[in-house]
Amino acid sequence: MNTRQTTLALATLLFLAPPAQAIEFNQFQPAKSSLSFVSKQMNVPVDGRFRSFRSKLAFDPAKPAAAKAELEIDLASIDAGSKEANDEVAGKPWFNTREFPVAKFVSTTVKPLGSNRYELAGKMSIKGKTLDLVAPLTVTQEGNSASFDGALVFKRADYGIGDGVWADFGTVANEVQIKFRIVATAAK
Amino acid sequence: MNSPARLPSTYTHTAIALHWLIAFALVGTFGLGLYMHELPLSPQKLKLYSWHKWAGVTIFLFVILRLVWRLGHRPPALPVLMPAWQRLAAEATHVLLYVLMFAVPLSGWLMSSAKGFQTVWFGVLPLPDLLSKDTELGDLLQQVHMILNFSMAGLVLAHLGAALKHHVLDRDDILSRMLPFLGKPGTGASK
Repeated sequence: MNTRQTTLALATLLFLAPPAQAIEFNQFQPAKSSLSFVSKQMNVPVDGRFRSFRSKLAFDPAKPAAAKAELEIDLASIDAGSKEANDEVAGKPWFNTREFPVAKFVSTTVKPLGSNRYELAGKMSIKGKTLDLVAPLTVTQEGNSASFDGALVFKRADYGIGDGVWADFGTVANEVQIKFRIVATAAK
Repeated sequence: MNSPARLPSTYTHTAIALHWLIAFALVGTFGLGLYMHELPLSPQKLKLYSWHKWAGVTIFLFVILRLVWRLGHRPPALPVLMPAWQRLAAEATHVLLYVLMFAVPLSGWLMSSAKGFQTVWFGVLPLPDLLSKDTELGDLLQQVHMILNFSMAGLVLAHLGAALKHHVLDRDDILSRMLPFLGKPGTGASK
């Protein structure tokens, strides 16, 4: 092998082979992320979302089990479908945002399920109550950016969201479909 | 005998049943609408809104049935002595009432869609949303729904007033042919 061939082989290794230094997605992109939900009122699906939330995360596709994620949701930023509903769910029977303005999720484990699917488990704290939460996760990598998508069924009564007169699931269902998309880029 | 004599002298039982069924349903649903929209948000309010919407869809279907029946069965002729302007007014009121019986539920359906609250008939059958969510359009359609409703209420009052005027002052059979148990006022119920 002459010098030229060696240089070429080195160049190939350096530029074409996957980088030995793993990529880590850890820069949360709020404008590209979304947190939406569908509640059911009298069996009518009503779209809603949270406008303001933050995430701290670190995900290395080569070491998914070491991944970590935190999510903080400003509960007062809710859009529950109408102004009337937004005012209502801020109140004591619902989120009680004055006393508990933020909901927080902290991951405990990330289990690879094959290809780009994972099972994310962690602790969810809402309204002073912390419970285990598990969600499936699909990771889509696109260049320097990765999107973490998932959906889960959330039971509002587990956290006492919608107490008193609202406790009857016949009007507002217990199950709320949640969909999230967290987008993060890799730090340069 | 001239041609009006060949027209039926009374409404069919089906037409009478549909008239009164829709009349009471409209009054009830209108009253519910007036009452519920002032309420603060509560499970009760969500229930009432759903019931109002279910009633509206149901009335809409009965109005289709009624229109089909009406097109296939001529109503009885108006009294021969009725002045032309009254005939015209009666005709116009009836046409407008039919238009509003369709337009009022339709505007409610569109308004619900624009406000982002789909109509699910009896909580089972979701109606397609003809409009996507648009808060401003929703508010506009709420105004339209209200104006159409008050127009209909006004016409219903005129319709009711005219029927009573015919029965009490003119003593013709206009009201009794829609309420056969009244008998013909000219002949008297005692006969």
